[in-house]
Amino acid sequence: MSYRALPEKQGLYDPKNEHDACGVGFVANIKGQKSHSIVKQGLDILDRLTHRGAVGADPLAGDGAGILLQIPDEFFRAVVDFDLPEVGLYAIGMLFLPQDEEARAEAEASVISFIEGEGQSILGWRDVPVENSGLGYSVLPSEPFIRQVFIGCSGECTDQIAFERKLFVIRKQIENEIRQSELEGKEAFYFTSMSSLTVAYKGMLLSGQVGEFYPDLNDERMVSALALVHQRFSTNTFPTWDLAQPFRMIAHNGEINTMRGNVNWMAARKESMASEILGQDLEKVWPLIPEGQSDTACFDNALELLVQGGYSLAHAMMILIPEAWSGNPLMDEKRRAFYEYNAALMEPWDGPAAVVFTDGRQIGATLDRNGLRPARYIITDDDLVVMASEMGVLDIPEEKIIKKWRLQPGKMFLIDTEQGRIIDDAELKEDLASAHPYQQWLNETQIDLQVLPEAVASMSPDASTLRDGQQAFGYTSEDIKFLLTPMVLTGQEGSGSMGTDTPPSVLSRRSKHLSTYFKQNFAQVTNPPIDPIREEIVMSLVSLIGPRPNLLDLSHGGNNKRLGVQQPVLTNTDLERIRNIEDNTGGAFKTRTLDICFPAEQRSSGMKPALERLCDRAEVAVREGYNILIISDRKVDADNVPIPALLATSAVHQHLIRKGLRTSSGLVVETGAALEVHHFATLAGYGAEAVNPYMAFDTIQSMLSKLPESLSFDEAQKRYIKAIGKGLKKVMSKMGISTYQSYCGAQIFDAIGLSSTFIDQYFTGTATTVEGVSLQQIAHEVIRWHSDAFGDNPIYKNHLDVGGDYAYRLRGEDHAWTPESISKLQQASRSNDWNTYEVYAKEMNEQQERLLTFRGLFDLNLAEEEIPLEEVESAKEIVKRFVTGAMSFGSISYEAHSTLAVAMNRLGGKSNTGEGGEEDSRFNPLPDGSPNPERSAIKQVASGRFGVTNEYLVNADDIQIKMAQGAKPGEGGQLPGHKVNAQIARVRHSTQGVGLISPPPHHDIYSIEDLAQLIHDLKNVNPKARISVKLVSEVGVGTVAAGVSKAHADHVTISGYDGGTGASPLTSIKHAGSPWEIGLSETHQTLVLNQLRGRISVQVDGGIRTGRDVVVGALLGADEFGFATAPLIVEGCVMMRKCHLNTCPVGVATQDPELRKRFTGKPEHVINYFFFVAEEVRLLMAKLGYRNFNDMIGQVQRLDMRKAIDHWKAQGLDYTRILTKPDVDESVSIYNTETQDHGLDKAIDHELIKQAAPALEKGEAVKIDIDIHNYNRTFGTMLSGRVAENYGFKGLPDDTIYVKANGTAGQSFGAWAAKGLTLELEGEGNDYVGKGLSGGRLVIYPPKQSGIAKAEENIIVGNTVLYGAIKGECYFRGVAGERFGVRNSGATAVVEGLGDHGCEYMTGGVVVCIGSTGRNFAAGMSGGIAYVLDQDGTFEQRCNLAQVELEPIKEEDDALEALDHQGGDLEGHGRVDVSHDMTRFDAIRLRQLLENHLHYTNSDVARRILDNWNEELPNFVKVMPVDYRRALEEMQIQQSQSSENSKGAR
Amino acid sequence: MGKPTGFIEYTRQDISYTPVADRITHYNEFVVSLNDSELTQQAARCMDCGIPYCHSGCPVNNLIPDWNDMVYKEDWQAAIAVLHSTNNFPEFTGRVCPAPCETSCTLNIDDTPVTIKTVERNIVEKAWENGWIEPQIAAHKSGKRVAVVGSGPAGLACAQQLARAGHSVQVFEKQNRIGGLLRYGIPDFKLNKRIIDRRMAQMRTEGVIFHANTHIGVDIPARKLVDEFNAVVLTGGSEHPRDLPIPGREFNGVHFAMDFLRNNSRRVQGDTFHDSEFISATGKHVVVIGGGDTGSDCIGTSTRHGATSVTQLEILPRPPEKENKGLTWPDWPNKMRTSSSQEEGCERMWCVATKEFVSDDEGNVKTVKCIKVEWNKDEEGNWKMSEVEGSEFELKADLVTLAMGFVHPVHEGMLEELKVELDGMGNIKGETEGTSAYKTSIDGIFAAGDMRRGQSLVVWAIREGRQCARAVDEYLMGSSDLPR
Repeated sequence: MSYRALPEKQGLYDPKNEHDACGVGFVANIKGQKSHSIVKQGLDILDRLTHRGAVGADPLAGDGAGILLQIPDEFFRAVVDFDLPEVGLYAIGMLFLPQDEEARAEAEASVISFIEGEGQSILGWRDVPVENSGLGYSVLPSEPFIRQVFIGCSGECTDQIAFERKLFVIRKQIENEIRQSELEGKEAFYFTSMSSLTVAYKGMLLSGQVGEFYPDLNDERMVSALALVHQRFSTNTFPTWDLAQPFRMIAHNGEINTMRGNVNWMAARKESMASEILGQDLEKVWPLIPEGQSDTACFDNALELLVQGGYSLAHAMMILIPEAWSGNPLMDEKRRAFYEYNAALMEPWDGPAAVVFTDGRQIGATLDRNGLRPARYIITDDDLVVMASEMGVLDIPEEKIIKKWRLQPGKMFLIDTEQGRIIDDAELKEDLASAHPYQQWLNETQIDLQVLPEAVASMSPDASTLRDGQQAFGYTSEDIKFLLTPMVLTGQEGSGSMGTDTPPSVLSRRSKHLSTYFKQNFAQVTNPPIDPIREEIVMSLVSLIGPRPNLLDLSHGGNNKRLGVQQPVLTNTDLERIRNIEDNTGGAFKTRTLDICFPAEQRSSGMKPALERLCDRAEVAVREGYNILIISDRKVDADNVPIPALLATSAVHQHLIRKGLRTSSGLVVETGAALEVHHFATLAGYGAEAVNPYMAFDTIQSMLSKLPESLSFDEAQKRYIKAIGKGLKKVMSKMGISTYQSYCGAQIFDAIGLSSTFIDQYFTGTATTVEGVSLQQIAHEVIRWHSDAFGDNPIYKNHLDVGGDYAYRLRGEDHAWTPESISKLQQASRSNDWNTYEVYAKEMNEQQERLLTFRGLFDLNLAEEEIPLEEVESAKEIVKRFVTGAMSFGSISYEAHSTLAVAMNRLGGKSNTGEGGEEDSRFNPLPDGSPNPERSAIKQVASGRFGVTNEYLVNADDIQIKMAQGAKPGEGGQLPGHKVNAQIARVRHSTQGVGLISPPPHHDIYSIEDLAQLIHDLKNVNPKARISVKLVSEVGVGTVAAGVSKAHADHVTISGYDGGTGASPLTSIKHAGSPWEIGLSETHQTLVLNQLRGRISVQVDGGIRTGRDVVVGALLGADEFGFATAPLIVEGCVMMRKCHLNTCPVGVATQDPELRKRFTGKPEHVINYFFFVAEEVRLLMAKLGYRNFNDMIGQVQRLDMRKAIDHWKAQGLDYTRILTKPDVDESVSIYNTETQDHGLDKAIDHELIKQAAPALEKGEAVKIDIDIHNYNRTFGTMLSGRVAENYGFKGLPDDTIYVKANGTAGQSFGAWAAKGLTLELEGEGNDYVGKGLSGGRLVIYPPKQSGIAKAEENIIVGNTVLYGAIKGECYFRGVAGERFGVRNSGATAVVEGLGDHGCEYMTGGVVVCIGSTGRNFAAGMSGGIAYVLDQDGTFEQRCNLAQVELEPIKEEDDALEALDHQGGDLEGHGRVDVSHDMTRFDAIRLRQLLENHLHYTNSDVARRILDNWNEELPNFVKVMPVDYRRALEEMQIQQSQSSENSKGAR
Repeated sequence: MGKPTGFIEYTRQDISYTPVADRITHYNEFVVSLNDSELTQQAARCMDCGIPYCHSGCPVNNLIPDWNDMVYKEDWQAAIAVLHSTNNFPEFTGRVCPAPCETSCTLNIDDTPVTIKTVERNIVEKAWENGWIEPQIAAHKSGKRVAVVGSGPAGLACAQQLARAGHSVQVFEKQNRIGGLLRYGIPDFKLNKRIIDRRMAQMRTEGVIFHANTHIGVDIPARKLVDEFNAVVLTGGSEHPRDLPIPGREFNGVHFAMDFLRNNSRRVQGDTFHDSEFISATGKHVVVIGGGDTGSDCIGTSTRHGATSVTQLEILPRPPEKENKGLTWPDWPNKMRTSSSQEEGCERMWCVATKEFVSDDEGNVKTVKCIKVEWNKDEEGNWKMSEVEGSEFELKADLVTLAMGFVHPVHEGMLEELKVELDGMGNIKGETEGTSAYKTSIDGIFAAGDMRRGQSLVVWAIREGRQCARAVDEYLMGSSDLPR
């Protein structure tokens, strides 16, 4: 085992897919007073964050933890046996070294030589004492030898800053030297720190082990004014010492999504970067960011450069992680100019991030623009600041705390220990923004394309020339029908439904667009995708074209001009403006157009030399001073063939990066090969700063007369550009990237079916797993298109090719589902006819002529001797491994949904509710007590949380957390209002006729530790259920799955990209995710290598159709199998692909009552099908020689790859990596053999349940008093599960179980709290309070002894409170964090202020906010109402008005008048029930809620408002969703009509 | 694409016929078609299925959703272009095809398929009316000569495709007019022969040379074609009729259906010949043996002659009124169908075997002796027929037509002379896929249509003719751009 202990790249496992996310924190004394208690408190924080970390198979092996401190001078003077100069004149390099003495000596020699070489002196060495007895067995072999080297500052460094800079230069050189050396054990070599200010102690430790492992830390003389700590939860699972945090300057909780691009861009700057401060030393630090580090390590490298290059720490952080400045009307102009100016210096490092940073003097933290990580802090009256991912990490007496707050999105918070004060975000940024005249600099250097003079563009060609051109770029008639037409008509991309069942491009017999070999990556688990529509405020398509300024030019941005465009799609006129730019910018820009066509007569062999020439010409042009290159294929004609624009762009981009020239020039693409969103996404991802799709424009021009709507060309073009822009935002956002600038060059793709030689040459750094075509075949594809265009083929004379990608066409692309296969499957299962099934299975399985799937090229390695069929495990047992896919009741009809459930229950398999809940009439037992035949055993929990009540959850066998869906990973969904009928609205706890949005992310899962938390929450509600996590195949999914296993999921599903959907953008159906063969194999290999496979069950789904598919899946490592499309087809689906239109003619995917009558499916048909599949499995098992299914799992050596010799593209495929069997000890499980330890025994809820026994058993009221701490997570949830089991969702009478808790609650306080349960908390809450609230009442207020002056100016609960709440009441005295009430569908809450994105996607309930709100309030809010106290009249600017209207609270007179007519509504206890009519009674409702709030929390604000009711009422604004009002009014009319009708009948 | 909700909004509406009393007085077509607005509405019912089953249901794989959409959008000219891209002769199929496309239409699951055939027929008729159908003359001639023997739908389709690819094509037909089965097999009231003529005119301009009254293997030795042409395509149809060898077969008035029909059609089309050569059903009791399309044609013709009675005998049982959709769709089901000719008046009998013809003193058939039969499955699950004891009965019959299908091509003459290899059924042996597609056992000789596949539909013949043309083109040129 190597020192670094990360396994080598093998099979599909690649260490570069490691991710991490974690708990971070710091403690600091504002005045800079050093003490040992700070160190101790740092270690305590680590201890309290344990639940945010993870352990792998070895319980004593953590993912890493550490602490960063100021150098305790006294301590080191005492422990070293040599003299130290005065403070500041020496530095400590803390080193991980190889254990091997010889290697160590060699490494140390290298350290010495560089230190001395740079003119500094070695003062001495110290062996750092360690106590390793607590380390786990898997960690010990990797433990490095840890030493500190003491370095004396020489005369050359005039001050400490210069000394630090020198140390940086020395360290970079040593690191690079060692990396390139042949040194044995060089992986172990690592500087945790090297500074005269700070020292970092860290390691591959559990958080509690840090103090234990380093006895130094327990020494009283170990003092510091600040301690920065970090606890790691890596989705990686292998012990590595160097990836533990903190790094030299930072600790990070989150993920950098754009890392590949950021690293590339840094490398690309090499030639254009110069620093007055670093001078010649700058050249010594390259490569600045070595390959193979974690994202945080890379970030740290970049930060170091900026700081050592002269930027202040805060400034550097703001360059790397800027606020969302573009299009923010609330931002100060000066600050916007500051950001805009800096934007050209560097693209943002984009992704969710809470970064804490220090240089030893200042310590601070910043949050990403979208606030995707939690960061809370407190300030005490004795100058202590404690900041952490959550509250309660240190036991500080409440009376000492004077401020409790949180870091807000994009905000920064800095403590300057030398100045002895806190510098808040506003001051910090004001200072920086004023430091230079940024606006003036911008005016001088930045040119907006639109202000350049008009230019004349060429006109569209005649029809036949156009057609030839279209054909040369592979246009099909489908491109026009399915892609262009919807974009031009609606301004957005068209939708489709059902999954893709065409072969991957490498298996296709046809020429394919090069971009189709690239599959979009997407965020799952380790970071959240963004909603580009509802959270558009963080998205930006701004692109800067042309040379980047010198990153390290601190003063004036130089004479570098920058050219900006609002979005990257250029019209023909725009492009001409750029071509002519030299004259209009005084020569600041010079443009050269590079033709990328090659002579047709050279056939496919012409492409390689053409590419070489192209790269040379590009390099020459840049060196000659051309700073915008236009890559163009306009010259295509009968004699000239275009290189695929994507290939040409990437080749030039990579070439210029290699030469360090890329930032010296802009890259613009003029191409006929860009038509749909994915084409633009790939071009952008591989370096295009802007794209001119001239052929698409010409085509649009030619279509105008045939469109149903009369459109001008300008309007049509505008809509098309808008559609592409929207699509790009969607593609970016699914990876959690919010700016085009960061997306550009970020290479967020996996290659499927491209050879590594091709990738390494032209798409360097992209993952490719199964090899495939190389340049020659790519050239051949282009030549084929060219011949279609300019040859004599009569089919193409007047028509474009039929395509056949989106809908089946006989002369088009192949599909798995054909008229033949569908009819045979239906006929077989309806008549229970095995022979017909065999015909079907043969059509699917035998892919000789027609390659459809990667598994089609597998050969089963049969046993020499077949075993008798009767000895093989029975079909009855095998079918228990089968489940049907997650299809919501909503996307499919009640009939289709319940038929599947009935079939699976009879069979012993499982059906899945899909997103959207389940009616209790389907899961409650029948009157005779027998199980309900229509119950879905798997209950899905998706991002919308529709109908996810405690009762729903306790009635599950499996609870599936849907992280992603094969057809549209990284995206949300939408159920249009017309599909939400009364029944669906009831199940989803929403309003009939109002559309419902499922957000792209789970708002309680922004990283792996959040997922662990949700798993924990769900397990608490229903300890008997297995918790499952559904992932979609992409490169790196295995690493995520390992994290999921460590997060204690019992089950993981790996879905192929070809899974089905009820509605999804076409781009997503086709271009996101990978085939399951790859993802499953990677998952299995990674889990086995980590010894995590045994504790988790692995399921595969996505286009599983036959028994052979099941067998291949099992051999690749699956325990269980999901089927969706096939059983739907058995039920009658005929692959209309019209689910999204509600016009399913067979009653499967429709809510239309007339069409539903056409449904003919029967449970028996489904049962027949699954038995056929199982029988086919048995036949194959007999041939393979397996008696038991388990014996077959993971036996990948039984698969061989059949070479596709006759296939012109597939012959290059190589499955070696898929077919790698991890080499592990026999004792390591390779299938699911054990269960997870969820640690539920530690739950405080056991105590609650005990005390609440009278209530649970007899409904008697109980009162419970209890203390609570931040590690008591998920409070009241297990208890609520028991209430739901006994009493259902309707629960118990109010206050039956009354719990009074004291202290700081952990995450998920009161999650899924049941009706009848009241949780009163004197203290504070963390994130996810009241998640899934199911009727309970939550009350939180500060402790009586609290030192804070005003509760309403302090935070009381964290982020994402009331996410997915269904019902209940909450009163929070204080301010809540971001995303309050997201997806609330019925709870009522009063709060005294809240952060950004409040009430997002809310569909019901009432939120009263008597303080200010953050930005983007009510985004996507389709139901419920909110009352906001708008004291200063600025609320409108912070509210997202896309779906809601603001109105004053109606005068009470109206409401009272109405009441007079409805006297009967008055209830017994004197209060008026006004909950039934949300369109009226506002003032009464508001007043009642405030009275409650005062009653429960003693709120000062509530009292003030109630005391001054008449003056305060006009300050309230009512937020009313437009659709909701319409729907409510419609229902009222209906009700009154029906009541009048019934009167009439009497 | 039609209109997504079209199938919900509009009910199926199809052609109707003029009243029986009216139409049986002539030999003209009697279809009452839909008007344009009805047609666009019907086309709007097409749902643009993700998998268009009609596509595969149709032997020539017509791009049905595409042209339905064009008709819905009233772009008839685009529609004919797409329609012609897969089918040389939509005017034939639009009239006489049994429309398996409609059977496999998704809406046929609920018995309301899109009226595809009617839309097809109207697209092509509108195109002829508007002059959109023009000869497509090859720009370059290949210099290769191809002989096509037989001018039925397979031969014509093959010839047209080859001519368009630049080859010199000559078509040989033994009858006096071009068209094969289209010409004399299908009565004029179902397919007006001007329809064939106008298509021939187009083909002539495209360079096809037609030779009628030229019986290869009789008038001209087949070998001569092989010697003089670069390729020969045999598309002579499956003309050997199934006989009924029972006592009395030789009596006057017992005829093969085709003899009855051909004579009638020739007279309708203006040939003059002596009454003695003409088979008349006027005033006769007619018995038609065989329940297929040819049988129906005999019925319709007899009715128009003024037969006293027409009785149709079918040996198989009466099919079910409605098929079991779940088990048959999208395939062609066995179900009760009534043709326009049957509708015009005849008695249909099922499960009847003919035992003997009885004549009068002059050797003219007078009655037919029949017996009822039963169909049961044997142990192996095969259907077996048995006669029902005591169920014998007699029918009056002055004219009997034998319409029991065709067994294989005529072997005598050309085929025997060429000695091409036959398959087990007596058809010319040949594949449809792969490198030897449509090749016979003799180099340079190809076969397509019923002559190769046995008796079948016009639409299959067109498919084979087209595909064979590609095979021939490939054979002659090394590669081919002709669509399959």
